[in-house]
Amino acid sequence: MKIIVTVKQVPDTTGKVSVKPDGTLDRASMETVTNPDDLNAVEAALQLKDQYGAKVITVTMGPMQAESMLRELYAMGVDECVLVSGREFGGSDTYATSQIIAAAIDTIGLDEDDIILAGRQAIDGDTAQVGPQIAEKLHLPQVSYAAEITKEDDGLLIKRMLEDGYMMIKVKTPCLITCVKELNEPRYMSVQGIEDCFDKEIRILSYEDLKDHPLIDKTTIGLQGSPTNIYKSFTPPQKSAGRMLKGNAQETAAELAKCLAEKHLI
Amino acid sequence: MILDKKHELERKLFRQFAETEFTKELQDRLDETGEFDWDMHRKMARYGFMGVRIPRELGGAGGDYLSYALLIEEFARVDAALSIYANTSNSLGGGPLMMAGTQAQKEKYLPQIASGEKIMVFALTEPGAGSDAGGTTTTAIADGDDFILNGRKTFVSGAPMADWCLVFAKTDLAAKGSRGISMFVVDLKLPGVSLGAPEKKMGINGYPTCDVVMEDVRVSKDCLVGPLHKGFSIAMRTLDGGRLGMAAQAVGIAQSCLDESVAYARERKQFGQPIGNFQGVSFMLAEMATEIEAARQLVYHAAELKDAGKDATMACSMAKFYAAETANRCAYKAVQIHGGYGYSKDYKVERLYRDARICSIYEGTSQIQEVVIAGQLLKK
Repeated sequence: MKIIVTVKQVPDTTGKVSVKPDGTLDRASMETVTNPDDLNAVEAALQLKDQYGAKVITVTMGPMQAESMLRELYAMGVDECVLVSGREFGGSDTYATSQIIAAAIDTIGLDEDDIILAGRQAIDGDTAQVGPQIAEKLHLPQVSYAAEITKEDDGLLIKRMLEDGYMMIKVKTPCLITCVKELNEPRYMSVQGIEDCFDKEIRILSYEDLKDHPLIDKTTIGLQGSPTNIYKSFTPPQKSAGRMLKGNAQETAAELAKCLAEKHLI
Repeated sequence: MILDKKHELERKLFRQFAETEFTKELQDRLDETGEFDWDMHRKMARYGFMGVRIPRELGGAGGDYLSYALLIEEFARVDAALSIYANTSNSLGGGPLMMAGTQAQKEKYLPQIASGEKIMVFALTEPGAGSDAGGTTTTAIADGDDFILNGRKTFVSGAPMADWCLVFAKTDLAAKGSRGISMFVVDLKLPGVSLGAPEKKMGINGYPTCDVVMEDVRVSKDCLVGPLHKGFSIAMRTLDGGRLGMAAQAVGIAQSCLDESVAYARERKQFGQPIGNFQGVSFMLAEMATEIEAARQLVYHAAELKDAGKDATMACSMAKFYAAETANRCAYKAVQIHGGYGYSKDYKVERLYRDARICSIYEGTSQIQEVVIAGQLLKK
């Protein structure tokens, strides 16, 4: 069994957020982390590996700097890291990105009992589109928002988290599952893992390696192949602080009604 | 020293682990009850912290002295007592076996220490023999294939939780001073072994310490570690590594004093402005930061020397001496900057002040470190 986990290096939003004059994120000056939901997906893969034995492969698309993230994933216990990288891939939106990652996964190869795991969404773009699009392009069944994954004889049983409840879904492998943070608590790297991680090889898949794949075409990848482009991004104005009304129910209700009337809301 | 990528990543892990897992609730509980937290011990073991410096083939992570120093520093920065949890197995507990044990002894003890299943502690000090380890009165008398141990060891850190204890005992009663001492692994469950009540300590609460008393304890000759009558030189060489760890702990405590002080100097206002604006306070911060960095570099340098297999006795003593004194100076200043609040248990610096105090005492007082340094300078 192989478990392929798609991961993304994203700016660390707990640190300093830096925006360029044109409104786009100044990624170069920000610290980076592995996208939090992706770590839940990695943890799920490693737990399945601990329980049933599997080869865990992470796949990411990005510049060569993504190596630092992949070393950390090796130190957590991942077996193989694949970096999809090339100028031709730059500027891809979710459609083009999923096209490229689907081609990369197909190149790695999928067997009957293999699983693809992805984080629900990345904290930079917040689209939650890449995972499901990869499944569509590979013609695989998909289950999103997994809060529990149980392996069964011929597939998986997924507890799918909804706003007001759960759905239990049985799915056959190979399939793609997107994971939410409620799924698990990602493990730390281990000291032994760090001792070894810099000696491990990172498999690079470049444009040259993928260009003959049916999904890869100049018109479907990179900035050119992206149907959506960011027109403008901006920081929303800060909302002013709320005001607490004090007093008994009658007084506060009257005060509230007065405030709303003043603003012509009622 | 600029850390290489591997050590940089290890520091990131140690920091992340300590900042996440050593919660305020846990820190307060340890300080209040003084009791050992087995859950944290097991959690540390799971990530390989107990065997950072133990070789891979013996169940450890195969790291080096620098990895070990970074671990202790980062853990101590959050909680000094918890930094000891992963210390003993890599220094005074596991160290003598790595240095002088036979292959069979290494294979018997080290994997279980590295995995955290068992705890090995170190018993050198006696009521009448502290810095003067040569005054050891515990005896181990050969009896056929066995040795019979009698004596009392004191301030044995970790003894209440331990499975095994490395005991230094006089085997040649006619030999003077530090000669004629040998080292034994003693199973603390053996008949004749008893433990004293845990000490009520000023700081480092949560890692209990007690006496180990031996009355006619019979151990087989397989328990002798290193050559007969030559145990004292192993003890001294082990203490080099132990001093390095405790120097790293002092750096972590001092750094925590600075972190708390900088935050407080920014936020506390007097005379209409943050107290950090006053030179009397800001100069104290600058002094602390400079001394901490100097101490840290001494520690890393000593670790580098040990990793390169070079003589590090003087470097370890210098690091321990300077870092311990720095921790005490920083703790004094941190409480001073916090004023009355620093004297209250509601603020972390109150505990740091107590925790720092042991740094210049255990694993050789500052004065003993000076004796070692001067001895190296004056030897011909």
